[in-house]
Amino acid sequence: MWWRSASFILDQRHLQEDPPNDIASSSSKQPPDTLSSLSPPQTQNSTFMATAADPFNPIPNPKISAYYQTRAAHTAVVTSDWLAQAQAAVGHHPDDAQAAQTHQPLLAASPSSGKSFCVINEFNNWRKQPDLAEAVAAIRALAAVIRASEATTMMELEIELKKASDSLKSWDTTSISLTAGCDLFMRYVTRTSALEYEDFNSARSRLIERAEKFGEISCKARRIIAMLSQDFIFDGCTILVHGFSRVVLEVLKTAAQNKKLFRVFCTEGRPDRTGLRLSNELAKLDVPVKLLIDSAVAYTMDEVDMVFVGADGVVESGGIINMMGTYQIALVAHSMNKPVYVAAESYKFARLYPLDQKDMAPALRPIDFGVPIPSKVEVERSARDYTPPQYLTLLFTDLGVLTPSVVSDELIQLYL
Amino acid sequence: MEARRASRTVSDPKVRHVGFFTPDPNPHPGRTPLASDAPVSNSLSPVMILPPRQPSDRTAAVPVPETGLRRQTGADQVPVGSYNPSESLLSSSPLPSSPSSRVGLVDGEFSEESGGWLRRSESGNYASSLPDTMVERAPENSASAAPRLESKKSVEVTGKGGKAVVEEQNEVQSSSKPLKAKTTKAERRALQEAQRAAKASGKAEGNKSAAVSQGAAPVKPVKQPAQKKDGPPVSVSVVSFDKKGGDRPPEKERKKDVPAPRMQFDDKSRVQKAKKHAVVKQTEARNRVELFRHLPQYEHGTQLPDLESKFFQLDPVHPAIYKVGLQYLAGDISGGNARCIAMLQAFKEAIEDYSTPQEKTLARDLTAKISSYVSFFIECRPLSISMGNAIRFLKTRISDLPLTLSESEAKAALCSDIEHFINEKIILADKVIVRHAVTKIRDGDVLLTYGSSCVVEMILLYAHEMGKQFRVVVVDSRPKLEGQALLRRLVAKGLSCAYSHINALSYIMHEVTKVFLGAASVLSNGTVYSRVGTASVAMVANAFHVPVLICCEAYKFHERVQLDSICSNELGDPDAIAKVPGRTDVNYLNNWANKENLQLLNLMYDATPADYISMIVTDYGMIPPTSVPVIVREYRRDHVFL
Repeated sequence: MWWRSASFILDQRHLQEDPPNDIASSSSKQPPDTLSSLSPPQTQNSTFMATAADPFNPIPNPKISAYYQTRAAHTAVVTSDWLAQAQAAVGHHPDDAQAAQTHQPLLAASPSSGKSFCVINEFNNWRKQPDLAEAVAAIRALAAVIRASEATTMMELEIELKKASDSLKSWDTTSISLTAGCDLFMRYVTRTSALEYEDFNSARSRLIERAEKFGEISCKARRIIAMLSQDFIFDGCTILVHGFSRVVLEVLKTAAQNKKLFRVFCTEGRPDRTGLRLSNELAKLDVPVKLLIDSAVAYTMDEVDMVFVGADGVVESGGIINMMGTYQIALVAHSMNKPVYVAAESYKFARLYPLDQKDMAPALRPIDFGVPIPSKVEVERSARDYTPPQYLTLLFTDLGVLTPSVVSDELIQLYL
Repeated sequence: MEARRASRTVSDPKVRHVGFFTPDPNPHPGRTPLASDAPVSNSLSPVMILPPRQPSDRTAAVPVPETGLRRQTGADQVPVGSYNPSESLLSSSPLPSSPSSRVGLVDGEFSEESGGWLRRSESGNYASSLPDTMVERAPENSASAAPRLESKKSVEVTGKGGKAVVEEQNEVQSSSKPLKAKTTKAERRALQEAQRAAKASGKAEGNKSAAVSQGAAPVKPVKQPAQKKDGPPVSVSVVSFDKKGGDRPPEKERKKDVPAPRMQFDDKSRVQKAKKHAVVKQTEARNRVELFRHLPQYEHGTQLPDLESKFFQLDPVHPAIYKVGLQYLAGDISGGNARCIAMLQAFKEAIEDYSTPQEKTLARDLTAKISSYVSFFIECRPLSISMGNAIRFLKTRISDLPLTLSESEAKAALCSDIEHFINEKIILADKVIVRHAVTKIRDGDVLLTYGSSCVVEMILLYAHEMGKQFRVVVVDSRPKLEGQALLRRLVAKGLSCAYSHINALSYIMHEVTKVFLGAASVLSNGTVYSRVGTASVAMVANAFHVPVLICCEAYKFHERVQLDSICSNELGDPDAIAKVPGRTDVNYLNNWANKENLQLLNLMYDATPADYISMIVTDYGMIPPTSVPVIVREYRRDHVFL
């Protein structure tokens, strides 16, 4: 059944790969630094600024959330033959991690040549690393923008950065952490009064420094959260997790390394079955795992001591936006007085305030029911839901362990 | 809520009524003296288990009050104290310090005599019903004024002591301890203030004859009376803030932990004193609801002609101020923003016409002037919290003026500051709020609003201009029926509207998708202080799982915390609810306003708890109600200094 979704992802990749060949410059296939000579920066910029849906920055299907496609690609259960197929399909493309490794020094070495490089391609390169969160990928891509920039004044640089982050944001509007990451980066990097006194070059290097620092902090966030949450996992407890979250995995991994005795209930995480992946990972760590189908949550809740979920985004009310099903789990847990803990890095804090479930930009994804669905039957394809703050107990973030109401405090301090 | 009520009854020893069905303000003449008579009051209360007191002590310490108003003198305190243990026994909820400490504060603060404190501590000892130890303890009390360490302990004791039967000696002592513990910092401060006030008022009394004809009274005497005279909390906090802005750090610190005293209108001596200074002669309505006696309630309609006739005799009040004040009084200007803007513009005019008298500095004299204007406004109508914030802003600006500035420069600077405040904090803020709120309106929505809020109106109109498809339900209530004006404007712009009264709220709510409400103020705990009825709308919406959005400019935020709508509110004209305009057949209450056993309550505001509110839309974005203190904390300076 994941044949279809897998092939769907492949289609995406094809879309990403192919169109540049049609266009004169083979931009996205090449490492960004090499293509600078090929096309004048202005036109390059303007093309992808002007046509948001231009072929090599696929917003291929506005009905499909790119964010959730990536997630599925990273965390869903992947069969071996799918892998083989995928590998064959993208074979001509340099391996992601390698590409990233090779790009970075090149970029750093030749800042002047990179002006025409495309943020989105850069971002996509980073994004393909399965361990790298989308926001961090965006942060790295934006840092690369600063490095590649040929601006001669601070203002110019800031405008360029702004443009880049805008294009990133518009590239995938469904990804909250991408938007939040871009915004936070802009705040963190550019909001410094020290920049105004210095000459441009030192200011620029300072910007790069800050950008790198921010990237580093964001990378470490997961570790910090894992450390913070250890106090909450006690011996003999039963933890319910939903879907696949890298932070939650890190938390559980650290707990296992600390020789805590606990067992984990994993939900299946339909439709991309990300829960299976998590249970796999946990089994490798010798943590007792039980798999549940998504509808068995209430059935097992009385055995559960705490619920651990990740988040796609943490919104201003202190609620979270997360994979479909989180809300109902939180509701069940709340009604049975079980604590619901959310592990989320602070770069997922977004200035959004959904009032209800429908009050978000729709993020849709294909759902395969295994049997053909008559065309008259409507399918709810939303990939995420919103869990209001009153159903959450605590948020573990790299800023500390927060109650939901503190999120807004932090956001106000960051943005205003 | 229950706790509050219980404490109210505790503080009123004479008549035990629950809720706001309460005694007539002037009870049977015989009763009041009886109440202070210990044995008789004993017999009144079935639960009291107190040994009778020695009459000599009583007469010495207790001048028998003549009036029906509660706790205007120290004498009234006696039964309060004595009832305290038994009352807490009765209600079995130990509420140790709140009732009588509050009473004590009021009393200590406003009693004219410097011996007021001593007397109070005596009355505290009455509670212990140990008249013989009183003599020893009273001085000790007043001297040591309850060391803090002890107060902590004794509060714990109170918890126990409240429940236990007060019969034995040590038990009695433990119950007297809380009373001693109540001499907290706040009280000591109150004592000081009372003494200072007494001194100042003595002085003021002395040169009153001279000062009456003088327009702006000399700065020093004015300042103290101003603080006493100012009724509602806002203005008082203004004064205290003003002091904070000064250059005396210890004073500042002390000020901080003491909540600004608030004029309690059931404190008759104080009311009397305030009246002496008042420009507007208000006659108080007679039958006031017990629970709301601390709020001013005046006969409506009598002041206006009186004031109009006085127009040419009043120098201290600038004509622009006078005009706006009259407009408040007549109700021509209403709505938080409109009132605030009118006030600021009047201040601006007054500042433009202002010239510093000889031998005075602009900063001090102008502040005093503004204070006198403010108290005039208060006499016309109690200030709203937003106005209080605006006044606070203006006063800070005045006190922060650099001394080097010439008078004309200073005036120009102040005027432009006022303009800025109006533009940025009110007009622009509204625009930003509209921008934010419109993003929450989707096609097909049914929006409900209550009363008439100008921001909500702007939001609805803007969303309509943007071409969003939605319907509006305007919910309204008697007696103001403000929603009708709003409805008219909305319908004229082509919005599809429905109109209903608040009685039909639960019927109409199930088809509503969002509730947009305005607010007079948002308090630190997220409580929204708004037109009466808002709380019920929010509660019903919450019960129907309809999100409630409060639209409020950030300058209306206040750091105060309020749990109910009782302790601070405004009373409207009781006639307004007794009479139905245009219905001559509904005349059952005609001329019943003075019936002794009828009390009419026309509240103006109520407090909506934060639980019912999904979101507050403000000029800093959309925030949850829990984040109000963050805004207050982060932007207090911003508000004050722009």
